Amino acid sequence: MEKNVKSRIKSVLLNNIVPIVFFLLTFGAVLVAKIPPLFLLSEIVRRLSRNTFLVLALIIPVVAGLGLNFAIVLGAMAAQGALFFIVDWNVTGLKGILLAMAIASIISVFLGWLVGKTLNRAKGREMITSMILGFFANGVYQLIFLFFIGSLIPFSKKEILLDQGVGLRNTVDLYGIVDGALNNILVLNIKFINIYVIPILIIIGLCLFITFLLKTKLGQDFKAVGQDMHIARTAGIDVDKTRIIAVIYSTVLAAIGQVIYLQDIGTINTYNSHEQIGLFSIAALLVGGASVRKASIWNAIIGVILFHTLFVVAPSAGNRLFGQPQIGEFFREFIAYAVIAFALAMHGWRARKAKR
Amino acid sequence: MSKMTDFKEKILQSIKKVDIPILVIVLFLISLFVLAAFTSVSITGLLNDSLVRIGMNGVLVLAMLPTIRAGIGPNFGLPFGIIGGLLGMLIVMQYQIMGPVGFLIAIVISVLFNLLFGWVYSWLLDKVRGQEMMVETYVGYSIVAFMSIMWLILPFSNPEMVWAIGGRGLRYTLTLQGYFDKVLNNFLRFKIFGDLYFPTGLMLFFALMCYIIYLFFRTKAGLGIDLVGQNEMYAISSGVKPKVARRNAVILSTVLGGIGIIVYAQSYGFVQLYQAPLFMTFPAVASILIGGASIKRASIANVVFGTVIFQTLLTVSLPVLSQVTRGDITEVLRLIVSNGMILYALTRAPKEAN
Repeated sequence: MEKNVKSRIKSVLLNNIVPIVFFLLTFGAVLVAKIPPLFLLSEIVRRLSRNTFLVLALIIPVVAGLGLNFAIVLGAMAAQGALFFIVDWNVTGLKGILLAMAIASIISVFLGWLVGKTLNRAKGREMITSMILGFFANGVYQLIFLFFIGSLIPFSKKEILLDQGVGLRNTVDLYGIVDGALNNILVLNIKFINIYVIPILIIIGLCLFITFLLKTKLGQDFKAVGQDMHIARTAGIDVDKTRIIAVIYSTVLAAIGQVIYLQDIGTINTYNSHEQIGLFSIAALLVGGASVRKASIWNAIIGVILFHTLFVVAPSAGNRLFGQPQIGEFFREFIAYAVIAFALAMHGWRARKAKR
Repeated sequence: MSKMTDFKEKILQSIKKVDIPILVIVLFLISLFVLAAFTSVSITGLLNDSLVRIGMNGVLVLAMLPTIRAGIGPNFGLPFGIIGGLLGMLIVMQYQIMGPVGFLIAIVISVLFNLLFGWVYSWLLDKVRGQEMMVETYVGYSIVAFMSIMWLILPFSNPEMVWAIGGRGLRYTLTLQGYFDKVLNNFLRFKIFGDLYFPTGLMLFFALMCYIIYLFFRTKAGLGIDLVGQNEMYAISSGVKPKVARRNAVILSTVLGGIGIIVYAQSYGFVQLYQAPLFMTFPAVASILIGGASIKRASIANVVFGTVIFQTLLTVSLPVLSQVTRGDITEVLRLIVSNGMILYALTRAPKEAN
């Protein structure tokens, strides 16, 4: 009996090794950094409402057996593309947000379909392919927004173009257009902590939607395909189509998530914002205890809290420990990469053990 | 008559064998040269730069060969080897060993480091068989971020290397002037005609490395790597240990990565630290693929051909396309061409297996 309990505790600890280690690390960094707790709390609440939607966008492809969808950056690019034109057309406030989401979603359905098609041709190598797809799309994105806009694609707002009138500037300001348009609808203020109610409600809505979706016929198909493609096929499921649908969901959600993210940030880093999003969302999900084959809503939420707490405190912790804030910055970058590397290695190791 | 049709058939088949993306890239390159002829760009200048860049990048591309042959796929963890090379160069600079001797010592130190790194790295890759490419990529990223911290705290003290203020932490780029800046490029360098020079030492070094690898793949260890890559079961039955063969391939690739970055740095004239190693991997992977390799098979001819095509393309496109567009379009071109090529290779492989 006692042995049983012991081995169960051991297996629980082993299965949650990433969140546990990360919690200890974050806790230590918080103690070292000596950041005022209220400030820290308000930062975490804000980041939760800013980032969680994007992290949730990763769940469906994991369930459908495609692994971590590094190609969510394509959705993020679609969102940014839509927002540039919202700025150009000067559609302000909530109307601008909704229009941006609508345009971004339409583009993302198409992009998601393309990604799904590509990934179906690379079964067993989906993750590396989706990652390279992200890089490739980044090239196309730069071609469009650095060379075509203002020359081939008409654009009337000259002040956000580069001096020659072709290509967007490095940063595009959303101030006065859609900056904070969702956040500011309803703000709860508790002791200096601003809680943006609408984005949080949207995130709760998405959590419910994903839970509901996974219980429908389609959701069951996702799970079946994710567990074993061959069995799913013999059960009469159109495997390729199901996988494409999963990717489309993910891409569209990423696009909407990026709009929410950017209205909170307030400026678009034209050539960087989307890249970081892929890395940080995936790292956050994995920190929350997800693996390449299993991810839940709770993994996403816990992951965002842990990962972003470390993110906030790392520079000051680095400063206190080594006298150089730069070390903290490199350290959090190292952590993001290392967490992903670790999760992927665990996945490869388990898959290999299972094969034997 | 039948000879005629035979001949036709042969040509058709060899055209079919060439991958369409490679054909497109070659045609694009030719049209760039045609365009260059009409503009004021100096063709000899372009050829000069191309020659130097081919020799400069060649060894890094060669580093992809062993792992592809062993069936692991391109070595996306190239930063591992690059870090070893950087350490070699930094140690030489710290002790202020000047000239060609410094270059050779840097290579020796980097090889020693990389034998160790490669061994550790191959142990990890063996644990995650089947997921190597992804793990390689992110382990590579992690090691680069980790070493960024190290560059800040390792006890290097040569004032030419560390920040002027504070006296701690290595600078982003270190100049090799006075050390071994262009020792290979200038070795036996001669004039072909006009402004066109041939970087003899650089080319000889690249050729030498290719020849060594060629010879290696004729030895027992090299043949073992080939066998494991082609058919693991068959390899086992002929007495090859797959684990050992793959380890050899990974170590060899890592060592070549280290030598590759030293050759690159001496030609460039600078040692680039911090994020820089990250930007070496994907162009190297793309080069060997453009040369006609797939993620499961590759030859030295693929390495040479791919490096020549890709580097010439990048060199020629900058001055020629900048006449047409404003700004630097080559960076974008490189992103699209290199990642498009990798994407093509990744999505095509299953058919090959059948």
